[in-house]
Amino acid sequence: MELAISVIVIFMILGAIYAIHASDILSAVIAGGIVGYSLVICFLLLKAPDLAIVQIVVETITLIIMVAVVLDSSRKEAYGKFDTQAWVTAATAVVILAILFWFLKEASAPLAPFGENTMRMADAYVNGAVDKTGSVNLVTGVLFDFRGYDTLGEATVLVTAVLGVLTILRIRGKK
Amino acid sequence: MKGMTVIVKKTTQLIAGIIFLYGIYIILHGHLTPGGGFAGGVIVAGSFILLILAYGSDFLNLVKEERGSTMYENLAILVFLFLGLTGMIAGAGIFFANWLPHGTPGELVSAGFLPLYNIFVGIEVAASILTIFLALVIFKEEVLK
Repeated sequence: MELAISVIVIFMILGAIYAIHASDILSAVIAGGIVGYSLVICFLLLKAPDLAIVQIVVETITLIIMVAVVLDSSRKEAYGKFDTQAWVTAATAVVILAILFWFLKEASAPLAPFGENTMRMADAYVNGAVDKTGSVNLVTGVLFDFRGYDTLGEATVLVTAVLGVLTILRIRGKK
Repeated sequence: MKGMTVIVKKTTQLIAGIIFLYGIYIILHGHLTPGGGFAGGVIVAGSFILLILAYGSDFLNLVKEERGSTMYENLAILVFLFLGLTGMIAGAGIFFANWLPHGTPGELVSAGFLPLYNIFVGIEVAASILTIFLALVIFKEEVLK
């Protein structure tokens, strides 16, 4: 299974690199779709169907909206010129990436292998959720009962996003 | 925005209702099967977006539609917050306490407050995604005018 996930991740990286360098924006958007749909397969392999449903629907709607936007505007990529400032930016990015990667390697060395939990909290959630919440689906039990605050925060984020969109995309003021 | 061809319109007519029902099924069975308020809400919004894309913006009065979806979104989040507050008033004095009787696990009406939370989060997610889409469409129509 780790081999399959590695192959899919390599596929995702290729799609992301192509999306950056494509000269046609429509093909860049579709290459971005490769990343999203490969993530769906990853979620299914890791036995997370809840996340896979959300990811596949959101990816489809986002892709439709992006394709509609691209078809309405230009399909050509606007390239900037590569001067000294761009070189400095690229060098800084490479240095920061190297430092972050080193810290990630140092921090993840003492952790348990992938897929094994080290937290005592997880055992209590997995074993006692059906009795405590009455919900057979463990994910809903955690989302709406144990972690109700988090769900309230997510819903509030959505409301705030809608408020922002409605504020920005208004041409005429209300009388 | 113009509508699409007759083939697309007819197919949408056949499919949109089934997608809407599937979204409601996902929301209502959130505490039994994979899915829940977030996934089902996005599917419900998807059926509306399909209709608007196929029939174009002359078919529906989009500004009125947007006013309605904004209202539903705000009401749903208020009801969600109020359901959380009832745990504070009636239950053990804990925010988001699940004080309704749990029933037998595995039945449709069980798990106390969780199906209610799922329903209102589903309404909220569906209305907010539809509002964002409608805002983009209305913005384009107003720019073209």
